[in-house]
Amino acid sequence: MQNAPRQSPEDDSKVHTVKLTLNQVNFFYGDRQALFNIDIEIVKNQVTSFIGPSGCGKSTLLRCLNRLNDLIEGARLEGRMMLDGMDIYSPDVDITDLRKRVGMVFQKSNPFPKSIYENVAYGPRLHGIKNRGQLDQIVEEGLKGAGLWEEVKDRLQASAFGLSGGQQQRLCIARALAVKPDVLLMDEPCSALDPVATAKIEELLFSLKQDLTVVIVTHNMQQAARVSDWTAFMYLGEIVEFGLTKQIFTTPAKKQTDDYITGRFG
Amino acid sequence: MRAPFKKFLASGNVFIWGCAAGVSISLLMVFGLLLLIMINGLGYFWTSNIIEITLKDGQRVMGQLAGREVIPRSVTPDRPEGKGRLRVKIGNRDIYGLDFKWVNDDQVVSQTYPTDVALLERREWGNMYARIKTIYKGETVLVEGNDGGWIALAPLIDAANELHQQIDRIEKIEIGSINADIEKARLKIRTLDTKESGHIDNLNAQIASAESRYQEKTVELDALRAQFNEYSVVMLDANGREKQIPVGQIIRALRPNEMGLFHKSWIYLTNVWSVLSTEPREANTEGGIFPAIFGTVMMVIVMSLVVVPFGVLAALYLREYARQGTMVRLVRIAVNNLAGVPSIVFGVFGLGFFIYAVGGTLDTLFFPERLPAPTFGTGGILWASFTLALLTVPVVIVSTEEGLAAVPREFREGSLALGATKLETMLKVVIPSALPGILTGLILAMARAAGEVAPLMLTGVVKLAPSLPVDSSWPFFHFDRKFMHLGFHIYDVGFQSPNVEAAKPMVYITTLVLITVVILLNFTAIVLRNHLRKKYAGSVL
Repeated sequence: MQNAPRQSPEDDSKVHTVKLTLNQVNFFYGDRQALFNIDIEIVKNQVTSFIGPSGCGKSTLLRCLNRLNDLIEGARLEGRMMLDGMDIYSPDVDITDLRKRVGMVFQKSNPFPKSIYENVAYGPRLHGIKNRGQLDQIVEEGLKGAGLWEEVKDRLQASAFGLSGGQQQRLCIARALAVKPDVLLMDEPCSALDPVATAKIEELLFSLKQDLTVVIVTHNMQQAARVSDWTAFMYLGEIVEFGLTKQIFTTPAKKQTDDYITGRFG
Repeated sequence: MRAPFKKFLASGNVFIWGCAAGVSISLLMVFGLLLLIMINGLGYFWTSNIIEITLKDGQRVMGQLAGREVIPRSVTPDRPEGKGRLRVKIGNRDIYGLDFKWVNDDQVVSQTYPTDVALLERREWGNMYARIKTIYKGETVLVEGNDGGWIALAPLIDAANELHQQIDRIEKIEIGSINADIEKARLKIRTLDTKESGHIDNLNAQIASAESRYQEKTVELDALRAQFNEYSVVMLDANGREKQIPVGQIIRALRPNEMGLFHKSWIYLTNVWSVLSTEPREANTEGGIFPAIFGTVMMVIVMSLVVVPFGVLAALYLREYARQGTMVRLVRIAVNNLAGVPSIVFGVFGLGFFIYAVGGTLDTLFFPERLPAPTFGTGGILWASFTLALLTVPVVIVSTEEGLAAVPREFREGSLALGATKLETMLKVVIPSALPGILTGLILAMARAAGEVAPLMLTGVVKLAPSLPVDSSWPFFHFDRKFMHLGFHIYDVGFQSPNVEAAKPMVYITTLVLITVVILLNFTAIVLRNHLRKKYAGSVL
């Protein structure tokens, strides 16, 4: 089923492979069920966005993808989640290895209280890279990938807290890129940023998807329409509609989706 | 009438006034206490002039004025109220037996400040206030007369002080190391079997050679002591009584009535320095408090080295690893209550557990040759520090937990999302960010430990320690040694001393020094904490 060819959103003739497959996923916080029968496929090297009103489970679903919900006591997941055919929740999966492959950028930018350089080098160092030259190269690549290199190349040893909000968020992206993930999860990465910083990050997404698969949670409908190739509309823990962004925003199949997108509800 | 009052109440001003009054009273009390200690303590270093009082019965009293007071009715019920008396420090304890004399106002005929009187600071018997009559070298007269004697005395005192240092060094360091060698060989013989007689003979030879070295040193010492006691001086007190004392007994001779303000200020500074840097004399009522300062600081440092790792590990477990349930809550309550247990109880526990159980076991395992003389089975700086660490560990746990709780969840998630394990996240992100909290705990713990006395009395503090817990003989740090402590020094000098009046200024000084030591230790930690706070300040967003 997974890795099956799918139609490209732009060009019907182009063939894409599936990166992540979610099969009948149910998720519980203790007794409370937060996700119901999630059944979607996320395509490689494309941007997929989750939209929906607050509390609908978009962030929960995103955090299931790198098992960050494991930290929560009493959290439980049913169903299957496959990354390149590997079951993410199988007991023999090395969780640190998984998180290395599935990076994440958070809603609130969270640079560590270290220098800019050390922030980006944090991941590679964890995974055993000690060679200074190699680290320098990774840091440069990461910062370039996040479009931050030109702004900070002269003050790599300065504290990360000296950067502006947008720069901090791009630093977090650079930090995630430095471990060379296949998938990048973004949890409302622009919700605390001004329009200029937001535009920069959106631009970044187009270049990022050359190398990796992006899943983004957003509250901003225009953003979802602008940046994503695929969109999933969620409501009350269920996927109401999932499909090509073009299609969802122009001819939604469900009335609920239409109402939400046009602002009549949500 | 009622309505404005109600309005006034409702305005909340009463509450603000109440808060302001509370703060003001607390500050007044704290600063009043500090001021009292400072005035009484710092005054001690000042060399006041020597007064000579002639009494109605023709007697004379000479000494430093220590204060005046109204005669209590209980002492002299027949006297009318308002009559005062002078308290004069007359010194010369070897002649009079007492350092202080009370002179009633109505007994005084005249007061003068003679410039030719000398104040002699002595190694024994306290100060002497007298004039010089004759200086002897052995049996022969060297100089006669007060003024001639004064000029001749100064170089003799300098020479004697130098000799004293030499004697001190030989006694403490050289003979000390010889004794340590003998003791080591003797203990080795006790551990060896009688079969290894060759080895024992060898050791016996070592002891014999050490003893002969010891004999050489004693001869050298005798020669130095003879030199030390070669000169003596006959002093005349106010009433013409003579007293002969060896020059070696004199530490310093001053003529305070001749000295100007500048000279007195210089003497003031040397007095401060000598109290801070020398050992006590005369049952702690005179001399310095250096061993007590050293003991206090070392104990606090050793305690910090013990309490921080334990407190931090416990807090990490409670906050980060343990399942937050009833059990953890109970443990937390227990830890908090531990801080309320009377400190003497910790002292008793330290004595029973650390000294008798742990120390006794260590002795039988590692130092059997010294038994029945205990090594770690008796009070010492190590056990005192451990006991205080136990006393202060709740403070460190609570502050560390607060510090950990204040680390934003985003930091942890950010680290975990990069593929860090929980341990790596802990070590690289969480603990560094919680360091200010940990240091706050340490500051509180140090302040508490430095001021504690009761548990120390059971676990290793002594009135007078023969040697510091750190010295030049291997292994340099002697954690089994007993030590002196400023807090205990206050108790001992103030309340256990035979000479309460003389000891009073010493109590104030010791208190002042203890407060200063605590402030300095705290200040260091606070500077460190502020530095870390700046480094790990919260994110911009």
